[in-house]
Amino acid sequence: MPVIAFRQALKDAMDEEMARDQNVILMGEEVAQYNGAYKVSQGLLDKYGPERIIDTPITEEGFTGVGIGAALVGLRPIVEWMTVNFSAQAFDQVLNNAAKMLYMSGGQLKVPIVFRGPNGPAEYLASQHSQSFQAFYSHIPGIKVVAPSTPHDAKGMLKSAIRDDNPVIFLEGEMMYAWKGEVPDEEYLIPLGKAEVKRTGEEVTLISFSRSMQMVLEAAEVLEKEGYSAEVLDLRSLRPLDEEAVFASVVKTNRCVIIDNDWPMASFGSYLGWLISKNCFDSLDAPVELVAMEDVPMPYNHTLELAVQPSMEKIVTAAKRVMYV
Amino acid sequence: MAEQVLMLALSPTMEEGTIVTWHKKEGDSVAQSDIICEVETDKATMEYEAVNEGTLLKILVAEGGKAKVGEPIAVVGEPGEDISGMLKEAEQKAEPAAQAPGASEPAASPESAALQVEAAPAAGPTGAAVTTPSAPQVPAGQLKASPLARKMATEHSIDMRVLRGSGPAGRIVKRDIEKALRQVASYGPAAAVGVQGPIAPAFIPSAAGPTASGKDERIPVSGIRKIIAQRLAESKFSAPHYYLRIDVDAGEMMAARQRLNARLPKDPAGKVSPNAFLIKFVSETLKKYPVVNSSWQTDEILRFGKIDIALAVAQEDGLITPVVRGCGSKGIVQIDRELKNLIDKVRSNKLTPEEYSGATFTISSLGTSGILEFTAIINPPGSAILAVGRIHKAPVVGDDGTIGVRSQMMLTLSCDHRVIDGAVGAAFLSDLKAFIEYPIDLLY
Repeated sequence: MPVIAFRQALKDAMDEEMARDQNVILMGEEVAQYNGAYKVSQGLLDKYGPERIIDTPITEEGFTGVGIGAALVGLRPIVEWMTVNFSAQAFDQVLNNAAKMLYMSGGQLKVPIVFRGPNGPAEYLASQHSQSFQAFYSHIPGIKVVAPSTPHDAKGMLKSAIRDDNPVIFLEGEMMYAWKGEVPDEEYLIPLGKAEVKRTGEEVTLISFSRSMQMVLEAAEVLEKEGYSAEVLDLRSLRPLDEEAVFASVVKTNRCVIIDNDWPMASFGSYLGWLISKNCFDSLDAPVELVAMEDVPMPYNHTLELAVQPSMEKIVTAAKRVMYV
Repeated sequence: MAEQVLMLALSPTMEEGTIVTWHKKEGDSVAQSDIICEVETDKATMEYEAVNEGTLLKILVAEGGKAKVGEPIAVVGEPGEDISGMLKEAEQKAEPAAQAPGASEPAASPESAALQVEAAPAAGPTGAAVTTPSAPQVPAGQLKASPLARKMATEHSIDMRVLRGSGPAGRIVKRDIEKALRQVASYGPAAAVGVQGPIAPAFIPSAAGPTASGKDERIPVSGIRKIIAQRLAESKFSAPHYYLRIDVDAGEMMAARQRLNARLPKDPAGKVSPNAFLIKFVSETLKKYPVVNSSWQTDEILRFGKIDIALAVAQEDGLITPVVRGCGSKGIVQIDRELKNLIDKVRSNKLTPEEYSGATFTISSLGTSGILEFTAIINPPGSAILAVGRIHKAPVVGDDGTIGVRSQMMLTLSCDHRVIDGAVGAAFLSDLKAFIEYPIDLLY
């Protein structure tokens, strides 16, 4: 099976869907002539032309709204936010137009659109460009939020997102674009809303998604060397959320650590912790742990920047705490 | 944050404990599993292992003092910590007329601290330091257990008050329940209605009427009584019992015992008991019939690699089955010494679960109570139990037709038919009779 980079998997997904459906367009800052700020849209302008690969001005609210309007009249736009941090400018468009139209029109107006871009901290980007938006977006009924962790999942899920009739927020990671993984040549789709057990285990369930998955899998390795068996669940999709897979794993292992690289208060991880505490109460042998970002703006100092985020060591410590070892 | 050290139920039936010795004094540091004191329970003197960590700030119950299960006996915390409020609370708790419990407890529920974020929270948006709220304390005396542990305990009818939690601050967690289940699974006292002679009389109450008042009384079922009831019913109702009875001439055995004891007159351990002889004969017979030294395990039969014989011994409330291990390779005198040692421990309530569980065969004797014969209930995991009646003089018609006076003893073997078929049980019992009547056969 070919091994390709995350950015290549995203490009292939868009390429295949654009070839399949002429209503699919890509728009955003520098997606066309510059081939994307992170080179995700490499070569697409040459292949599909400026009609379908559209460079926009630096006006997030404007081009996000244009995309939503295009979706309302029949196109299937992919809107690239150079980083999800910038989507704060466009938040009203997402919250009040993309997410509400189907509901407020009594089912008459669908908004088949994908918003995609790098989410969460990268490195040396300071407070304003290192933020995680999973809590903001998964808070909203009416949109889907997906956050895959491998090139394989990214390709299969982006294709599903483009074909979905609902607005989908597709969360990537700047540090993930160069990650490599096996992706089959033949076409495949991965449904939105299905988690995947990336590693089976017996004594504790580690739940995460997106970029954090890599250190979670490392933590599971370390735990195994010390004689503890950890199950690793990749949510892949935050909304819809695969509650069944979460509960099945926690009921099996009796212990759970959630890893969510976002501020802890009112976060996706804290919601998931509540969900597990409520539904798996009688199966829990320890309080659900949350390994989150510290409750601070991101420091610019690199040592501090790393220190406030989840780490492999923090995950191992939390896992041991719930196992009482 | 300072925590109270509570009197724990260190035996299944304990309601109150007496502090025998403090191993730590005020100001000493205490780590988990440190032995902080010895507590005399209704059954034994037990070592109290610390579940709290820190410095022993205050001893609330001095040596010789008593505390009910759940009452505080000491306070552990950080050196210099102000514990005056806690001491006041403990004092009030010790008085029966104290204010309603929980009145001064923190309002937050323990669940609100369930989501623990890694490391301490740092400055908030205003830059003001955020203080870390400590987890709300569970009210003293309230059981700390994980939801899963509670569910498992309910399912298996385990009284969690008798368990010692291995989680933080003594929280009972899954592994503690699993440990308790393993102990219950091999808990001895499922044996018989049997009472072993030497200690029986002291435990028989001599009330004038059935109850002191003449009225009906309701006696709460103790933990050990519950376990006996559960295990005996389980054995009796799940193992199809059948019984084989044989009349044995114990004359040769008693003569052999007399000769042996005559040669050990000065031994401080005293005379070798008939039970030691019986255990030896049974273990030699078991060597010939390994089927009898086996256990029904539902989808397989476990054939034990060792011969571990238990003797049912009466206790004040219940009975217990100390086990002599590896009888197959021990002589009568050694078996006797080990047995006496175990019975001494029963008397001083020092017998540990390892010493009374997991017998592969059990003997129960009511001979000293004058009982001629009886049937016993099999003591799992074993598949057979031997009920031994009184050795008594009786007229016996010999092989040559003449009547002689013999020392007769009735043996009744209860067998689990799932493991031991009638013919095997009969052959075992018949060979056992032969060994008892012709002890010299052991050499052949």
